[in-house]
Amino acid sequence: MEHIAIIGNGISGVTLARHIRKLSNKKITIISAESHYFFSRTALMYVYMGHMTFEHTQPYENWFWKKNTIELKKGYVNNIDTDTKTLHFNEGDTLVYDKLVIASGSKPNKFGWPGQDLNGVQGLYSKQDLENLEVYAPNNKVCKRAVIVGGGLIGIELAEMLNSRNIPVTFLVRESSFWNGVLPEGESQMINRHIKNHHIDLRLSTNLKEIISDHNGKVKSIIIEETGEELPCDFVGLTAGVTPNISFLKDSKIKINRGVLVNRFLETNITDVYAIGDCAEQYEAIGNRRSIEAVWYTGRMMGETLAQTICGNRMEYKPGHWFNSAKFLDIEYQTYGWVHGKKGKPDYEAHFHWKHNDDTKCITIAYHRDTNQFLGINTFGIRMRHEVFDRWLNEKRDLDYVINHLEEANFDPEFYKRFENEIKASYNNTLQTNSI
Amino acid sequence: MSLKLNYSMSLANSYGLTKTQKVASAVGMLGLFIFTLALFNVEFPNKATTLTLALSMLFAGVIWFSNSMYLSKSKGIKNDGVYFKSLSSKGLIGWLIGVVLTLFYIVLYFYPQYLGLAQKDGSNTGLIALFDPLSQLLSGRNASQWFVYGTLYTVAILVFGYKFILKYRHNRYEQIRTISVMFFQLAFAFLIPEFMYVMNSDLPYYDLKNVWPLNYYNFEQYRIKAFINAGNIGLAMLIFGVVSIFVITPILTYKYGKRWYCSWVCGCGALAETAGDSFRQLSDKSKFAWNVERWVIHSVLVFVVLMTTAVIHSYLGNDTSKYWLTKSSFLIGVAVLLTLVFAGTMIFKRKELAKDAKYGAIGYFVVIAVLFAMYFFSKDNTLFVFKSESLRKSYGFLIGSIFSGVIGTGFYPIFGSRVWCRFGCPMAAILGFQQRLFSKFRITTNGGQCISCGNCSTYCEMGIDVRAYAQKGENIVRSSCVGCGICSAVCPRGVLKLENDSMKGRINPNEILLGNDVDLMSLVNENK
Repeated sequence: MEHIAIIGNGISGVTLARHIRKLSNKKITIISAESHYFFSRTALMYVYMGHMTFEHTQPYENWFWKKNTIELKKGYVNNIDTDTKTLHFNEGDTLVYDKLVIASGSKPNKFGWPGQDLNGVQGLYSKQDLENLEVYAPNNKVCKRAVIVGGGLIGIELAEMLNSRNIPVTFLVRESSFWNGVLPEGESQMINRHIKNHHIDLRLSTNLKEIISDHNGKVKSIIIEETGEELPCDFVGLTAGVTPNISFLKDSKIKINRGVLVNRFLETNITDVYAIGDCAEQYEAIGNRRSIEAVWYTGRMMGETLAQTICGNRMEYKPGHWFNSAKFLDIEYQTYGWVHGKKGKPDYEAHFHWKHNDDTKCITIAYHRDTNQFLGINTFGIRMRHEVFDRWLNEKRDLDYVINHLEEANFDPEFYKRFENEIKASYNNTLQTNSI
Repeated sequence: MSLKLNYSMSLANSYGLTKTQKVASAVGMLGLFIFTLALFNVEFPNKATTLTLALSMLFAGVIWFSNSMYLSKSKGIKNDGVYFKSLSSKGLIGWLIGVVLTLFYIVLYFYPQYLGLAQKDGSNTGLIALFDPLSQLLSGRNASQWFVYGTLYTVAILVFGYKFILKYRHNRYEQIRTISVMFFQLAFAFLIPEFMYVMNSDLPYYDLKNVWPLNYYNFEQYRIKAFINAGNIGLAMLIFGVVSIFVITPILTYKYGKRWYCSWVCGCGALAETAGDSFRQLSDKSKFAWNVERWVIHSVLVFVVLMTTAVIHSYLGNDTSKYWLTKSSFLIGVAVLLTLVFAGTMIFKRKELAKDAKYGAIGYFVVIAVLFAMYFFSKDNTLFVFKSESLRKSYGFLIGSIFSGVIGTGFYPIFGSRVWCRFGCPMAAILGFQQRLFSKFRITTNGGQCISCGNCSTYCEMGIDVRAYAQKGENIVRSSCVGCGICSAVCPRGVLKLENDSMKGRINPNEILLGNDVDLMSLVNENK
């Protein structure tokens, strides 16, 4: 019986294991040093905020793994001998595989800031990060102020978490407006205001210079690059993105760059070794996608695809239309297709933007300047249907069509106020203005 | 205006209570304390004033508390610290409240004299006497333990309903649904029966929204007699009772799912959704609990059907010339109806039933058939082995009192707020059966957007593992779902939506979710 070893029990590795089990009776071992059972990483924030317990973040009951004969091994892989197909663990034992899948995920970026390894300085990625957060920022007595460095999706989640325990937060964002490398200006600025409304001290165009230690090797304060201001704090969250967690592959023959290099079939340079999820790096990016996609959904999709290859139906990783979602404090965000921020926006891409008066809802529709073809939509505070936009992108609908059929895509709960008419009116106004 | 920052939102501590919230709680507690004093027979000079004061303090306390808790914060999900608070995470306060509620129910059902119910020819004392003025005002008679209970029950739904509406300020589905249950409780369960008594004191107490079999005693002999003796209005009510289960219920459930009843109308649901909201997350989500649920709730349903058949049978006559409905024509009618439901399900919906559901259905059917056969082939007059009276009494005791009251509500802080609705309610079993097999209602999953975070499952009061469906991109079509809409409300990614749509494609298990390669999706999803 062929033995498939999977390093990493996150969404990619577990999806892969489940799909292999559906297709075959191969022996499957999932290896993790982080936690015994699979949990949803995206839900860690809700444990800190008291919405759930850690057990609630586990999507499968504990009997699930035995019932499906998926073996779980707790251990840290030190190095991989691909010639003998052997994994060597930190604990001293070994494991022999027939096929190996690396799904070891990411770790938080650290850009060489002085003091970045002090106690009380950390990212928010793993279960251990959550446990450390409980040590250094359990409440506003132990942690009188927290500083978050890096304005992305994890940064704003960490801000929401700390805010829920009434810990004052200073949020340092390198960009001139929150996440404007991705979001168009109107949306980004709406989120700026929303953050400030939650009494979070948002500092735009601000960089971290260094982190200062107290006598015990714990953070005492930080210094801001631009102003030289020293800000006393008890906790520093580093949330300036993530990078593949592959240091254990350094001495192996597996070819790596920033991530594990894979072709479109998710195969590495070594036969029978594959990589999926956050840690995989495509030789060439697919379409508008990045070569490393550290997103829940893409991890899952790679797992779904690779299971076919491993079970004898060699299949290329060909993701469909891009989609993603997030939540900025109280504002939900969904995106379908491509809508670019100022940075990286192709010349042909034009935007229609509508924002509601209450400053918590807006949409941006991207379309082709010349053909009016619908390219993508960002929606804030209004839920929309994935299936409908996926279809419209396939059908290459134009902007007019999308605006006039928006109600088909609405996914808000029943009785919610609807905004299609307002959006249409605004669209017609804009058009008239343009044609004058 | 849109550019202005909102500085009114305070940094109120989410877990510990603020000073205002503590004072507000104290005001409400004082109201309860007055009731406690009355319970211990403290004589108040002016009962009407005292009762008004106590009730006003309850209202004022909860309203003030809720305003301070929610109006100072921006609209959105308000579950911060739920698992840090003793009350909502099975801590000491939770257990204490559970014990007090349970004791209250035991006294209420079995020892009402301790609440001060008048004994032979005496007058009310204690807590019940305190409610006499209100009862006099509404219907011109003294209070009973059920009047006291009904009043407190209604007050709980109204004040905690207000709190719920503020908590879900951003969600109109939740708000409208809550206004609906508050209305039905106040008007249908509380006021209308009192007014009906004033108009015609022969009418039995009838909460019109209470449908058989939840209202298991509706067709007992004393009630049927009273309905018939009360003339046209009584007859109309009796007919309404029959129509509501055989006509109104199936139509509304087909169109909207069982939620039209369980979370929009029903009084049990109303209490669970309002006063019980702090405990919804405590329901057991395990597969084991689901198995227990399916056997227990359907057994209760079989029990109530047999019991009601036996009771009606016991008072019908044998002479066709006196009345068209006789013992045997009634029994044959019941047998035909049950056979039709069984055969229809097995013929048309066989494929949608799990293996154990089929075994269960066959098992129940055989048991009922054997009991009917035993009756027809024996000369003995006891239908279903036991006397109808002992069936009626044991149902009333075991299910009507212990299950729905003592366990169902007393254990809110331990097992969650919908224990009765999930494991015990025979009405929920009927509605759920139809919802699963023959209804337009479902919870739609939004393509591939689920991140498996588990908020939906955690906050499902019925213990449904919603995430298990959402992460497969599969619609949720479950008999137990009461359509409260909280899974959709707490979802951080906008994945769930309660909908009524066509029956076709309602159940749509997917192995590969939307967003992946279209060829892979069609290969895996269609090759099953």
